[in-house]
Amino acid sequence: MLRVEDTEMVPVEFSAELTAKFAEIVTRYPEGKQKSALLPILHLVQAEFGWVSAPAMDKVAEYLSIQPVEVYEVATFYTMYFMRPQGKYALEVCRTGPCCLVGAEKIMDHIEQKLGVKEGEVTPDGLFSWRGVECLAACGFGPVLQIGPEYTFYEKLTNESVDQLIEDLKAKANN
Amino acid sequence: MGRKLLLEHINVPGINTFDVYRQKGGYRSVEKALKQMTPDEVVEEVKKSGLRGRGGAGFPTGMKWSFLAKPEGVPRYLVCNGDESEPGTFKDRYLMTHIPHALIEGMITSSYALGANTSYIYVRGEMMPQIRILEKAIVEAKAAGFLGKNILGSGYDLELYVQPGGGAYICGEETALLESLEGKRGNPRIKPPFPAIAGLYGCPTVVNNVESIAAVVPIINDGGEEYAKIGIGRSTGTKLISAGGNLAKPGVYEIDLGLPVEEFLYSDEYCGGIANGKRLKAVVAGGSSVPILPANLFMKTAAGEGRLMSYESLADGGFATGTMMGSGGFIAFDEDACIVRNTWNFARFYHHESCGQCSPCREGTGWMEKVLHRLEMGHGSMADMDLLVDVSKKIEGNTICPLGDAAAWPVASAIRHFRDEFEWHVSHAAEAVTRNYGLAHYADPLPKPEPAA
Repeated sequence: MLRVEDTEMVPVEFSAELTAKFAEIVTRYPEGKQKSALLPILHLVQAEFGWVSAPAMDKVAEYLSIQPVEVYEVATFYTMYFMRPQGKYALEVCRTGPCCLVGAEKIMDHIEQKLGVKEGEVTPDGLFSWRGVECLAACGFGPVLQIGPEYTFYEKLTNESVDQLIEDLKAKANN
Repeated sequence: MGRKLLLEHINVPGINTFDVYRQKGGYRSVEKALKQMTPDEVVEEVKKSGLRGRGGAGFPTGMKWSFLAKPEGVPRYLVCNGDESEPGTFKDRYLMTHIPHALIEGMITSSYALGANTSYIYVRGEMMPQIRILEKAIVEAKAAGFLGKNILGSGYDLELYVQPGGGAYICGEETALLESLEGKRGNPRIKPPFPAIAGLYGCPTVVNNVESIAAVVPIINDGGEEYAKIGIGRSTGTKLISAGGNLAKPGVYEIDLGLPVEEFLYSDEYCGGIANGKRLKAVVAGGSSVPILPANLFMKTAAGEGRLMSYESLADGGFATGTMMGSGGFIAFDEDACIVRNTWNFARFYHHESCGQCSPCREGTGWMEKVLHRLEMGHGSMADMDLLVDVSKKIEGNTICPLGDAAAWPVASAIRHFRDEFEWHVSHAAEAVTRNYGLAHYADPLPKPEPAA
């Protein structure tokens, strides 16, 4: 597991719009139970910055009036929070049994070849990273992958559909 | 043709919107419960229905509700478990995507029964599109007066929120889910106390699966006794089965419990047989955590009777020759599937998803993954199978939560039923590496049932 102090220490600022979203989330819980907002707020932070840095976690702790370590232990426990920068498009391919039965491993091999980077690495242009993740709960429609922060789903993948997806994302990034 | 209680309107255009859902009779259960029934009467109907938890445990829902403590002045909570992460299971995602109001309606009726004024739907974080769908549905329901203060003039108040998870299978365990909802790591709590006594924020709480909550709607609409007429024995009602793997027609199907497994597998109404005309080798009937069965044992019980899609029939024979209904996550393996590789894959999953709190699970799942990987790669020994069984026994029953059992059962059952395939991987190391598998555990080819006239 990645150590929190290994991450970049670039200061972050939360916009008024972002903190307004934080405030709305906190109202969902009883008074004094604002720590419940931690997971949703970390999702918003990641959607804003692409990953969850130590300074961002410190700011979240300050906002929720909890200790920074309470944020670190949560952010490093759950697999969805990135502890280091990712590609603009972070592809996550389901690598669990049912998807593998219908070709997920071949799709991962193809993505590695197509992007030219290993699992967990970022392409030189900063556009893509990829990794295998555990069951995405779409076992009847495999192989599947998702891309945050919207977590858009792509089902019944083939090498050709993956090629098209990557080309579409490149075109989108260049527009 | 089985009855459709949850998926009846699945193909109606716009059924994901309040207006269309309402036109199709939606929210009648809320009106009936709030205007004509006391909370205890709603609980009683759920008891009469015989509904069993659809998340995997199969515990009677009405009984679970009746355990809820009701101290004066202490809030109670209903939390819906939408953290669907069990490999093979994708029914709740389907339900939330296409008929979100069925879940919202069930949450309102169930919250009323339990006396909860704030309820949460905890959805796994990866399902962000479904989270947005549910949030939109909540806004629509609130605008129509079915949520908020004084619902339908009944004096009953309810606020309903959706909580995203962060990506952790363990949060499907109810106490881990509650920890996560409180903003912590998803470490399961020691029980007792059970959530019914001390759950969310230490208050009395019921945690129910998405499908269980949605099933409350037809139970209240038609009455618990009507619901109990569907199914067989203690397996009452309908069940969503998510079918994947090497099937001709994978997907989510609603079946009457008690449907013959042969009909489910081979009829065109359901799975349509095995993909590409191949033969069936094995089945995982209830999500990756339940014991795998070779096709012949899955089709018929040890006594030679045709097996049924029911809690009792699937479990017939215990773990020696039976399995479990679990979550209804149905995975079919064709004749080319490698049991060793799949077992390793599942072991990797449970190692990855172990929260690390209990040593037997934390250490044992990793050990099993490593041994299975070396077997799969042709580097194993004949002693490895006994080692795996030994490790699985040391995990099973020795952890705070059932994840240890869930990790142990797939490995133990695979070796129990497919030991010769594991041995083949040791004796044919080169072929194992090239994945040129030579063993098969076919069922006798079954005739495809004739379509009903």
